[in-house]
Amino acid sequence: MSARKTERLLNLVICLLATRRYLSAEQIRRTVAGYEDLGDEAFKRKFERDKEDLRDLGIPLETGSDSTFDDEPGYRIRRDDYSLPDITFEPAELAVLGVAARTWQQASLGSAASGALLKLRAAGVDVDDAVPVAIETRVATSEPAFEAVRQATADRRAITFHYRTRDSTRHVEPWGLVSWHGRWYLVGHDRDRGDTRVFRVSRIVGDVRAVGRRGDVEVPDGVDIRKIVLQMVEDPVRISAKVLVRDGAAQGMRRRALSMEPHHDGWDLLELPVAHAERLADEAMGFGPDVVIVEPAEARAAVLARLRAVAATAVQWTGG
Amino acid sequence: MSGATDQLPRLLSLVPYLLTRPGAKISDVAKTFGVSEEQLSRDLELVYMCGLPGYFPGDLIEVDITASGRITVSNADTIARPLRLSRDEALALIVGLRMLADLPGLQEREAVDSALAKLENAAEEAAVASSAVAVEIDPPNRSPDTLAIVDRALRDRRRLHLSYYVPARDETTERDVDPMRVSVVAGRSYLEGWCRSAEAVRLFRLDRITSVELLDLPAEPPPDAQPRDLDAGLFQPGPDDVAVELIVAPAGRWVCEYYPCESVEELPDGEMLIRLRTPDTRWVRRLALRLGPTGRVVAPSDLAAAVAADARAALDAYATHGLTDS
Repeated sequence: MSARKTERLLNLVICLLATRRYLSAEQIRRTVAGYEDLGDEAFKRKFERDKEDLRDLGIPLETGSDSTFDDEPGYRIRRDDYSLPDITFEPAELAVLGVAARTWQQASLGSAASGALLKLRAAGVDVDDAVPVAIETRVATSEPAFEAVRQATADRRAITFHYRTRDSTRHVEPWGLVSWHGRWYLVGHDRDRGDTRVFRVSRIVGDVRAVGRRGDVEVPDGVDIRKIVLQMVEDPVRISAKVLVRDGAAQGMRRRALSMEPHHDGWDLLELPVAHAERLADEAMGFGPDVVIVEPAEARAAVLARLRAVAATAVQWTGG
Repeated sequence: MSGATDQLPRLLSLVPYLLTRPGAKISDVAKTFGVSEEQLSRDLELVYMCGLPGYFPGDLIEVDITASGRITVSNADTIARPLRLSRDEALALIVGLRMLADLPGLQEREAVDSALAKLENAAEEAAVASSAVAVEIDPPNRSPDTLAIVDRALRDRRRLHLSYYVPARDETTERDVDPMRVSVVAGRSYLEGWCRSAEAVRLFRLDRITSVELLDLPAEPPPDAQPRDLDAGLFQPGPDDVAVELIVAPAGRWVCEYYPCESVEELPDGEMLIRLRTPDTRWVRRLALRLGPTGRVVAPSDLAAAVAADARAALDAYATHGLTDS
């Protein structure tokens, strides 16, 4: 069944590539193998689906007519539009192309990447001539909403989705997707907020619905999606903190300290650039008894409250 | 059984591939196209039935297969060129190359740039859409010298000496490593190599290498040492791993997005039970402290007790410095 369809589509592609003139649906019905023995309605349905399938594969099916007197639309595929341009790669370039394709091995673009390599190989480029490269890259796209968001972004179509943060329904004009530390972020114009927003794709719950037409979304000039995401995820340094660090401990903090001096027996005093008090409290908590925050007092208070909570839970448990 | 939507694009690449390689071996072609030899035979039988309208012998594509399994295809001028790259295909390769272009100090840089330029040229409009997808790699600029030295060691097959920070133990370790490759996974770059102290293949995050020295010794990883299968996940649980259970409040849900968890179970009141396995529980202790009241270790019980002991010791440290705010 499916082999018969492939055969019909292949014959259709060959026929439409061979013709210089536009062929009407009726001419195609009479000449291309696979459409015989069909009633008018059945042919119409089948031909419509076939055209759709070819376009989905990226085959540039052209509609038009050779004469202005012709009302009936005709079809053809221009070879120049169809064919991969002449392209040759050096062995070193082939090697990095192979690495680039394998990047998506476990991701939603995996089959697109291997399909692309096959086309390059089909053009006469031999990827096997590649020199070995000692580098491997991987990108995961495990977020369920990723593919729907990516398609809408490529189609420049607005989307609506349910977002876990503040349990809200959002209407967004997608501008782009950025992966940072292995997580995907959507950058776009939030229609409800009337401003640029960044969304964690993993926090999109349920279906992503595309609204409006393809091409509706205009990405403003000068938008740098990477910069927008980095500004959001990387808190800029705003304050300078003072912390006491036990001898030899908290290497991670020592490495970014602005200054470091021995304080009293067994402890060093560090001056540390931090984004904000809460971030410092998070970091200091991780080092347990090896780090004591001197200032800001706000961060110290946060740590003390958390330490007391942890110590108290444990008492309850051992007591119960 | 592959559907028509997979088979047709394959045939449209297969025919030009074979036209440029008369006498190609069935086994090689099947491998290149990622199909079985049986599927390849079915593909070729199908191609053999197709051609120009009329479908007389002279119109049909010719396929010859010799007894020794060599294929020659002819009379297929209309589809002699492969189909141009689709939007998604161009995007996959271009975004992948741009990732490599962002790695500082890589010697393949020139090849990456030129391949990128050719591809962008060939893909035309399809390439434009590629700028809507980007992958950031950490550290982009923080350790360019580290990557350059590692890259050099890989090329010259030389041993490296590393000072390496291990956050789980909060210590800097010294070791000699025979480099095997650079791996970029989940936005971070790693050196993968044979660690001569651990006598095993180890991953070293480049931003945690505090210093690196190129030694005047050849790299000699054992012949059977294999880099990790990146598609099986970077962190594979071992047989001796400890099973840990954590309960987190809604404010601690981020844990399951940041750490490799085995399972996640929703509990009443928005709490979540997270199960994970780890060879070294020290980082869990640190994580549990960091979570404070928004999370707690429930198993193993000695780990829960250790977390509480850490909290009490930390409170004592504040007390000895007169910094308890009360």
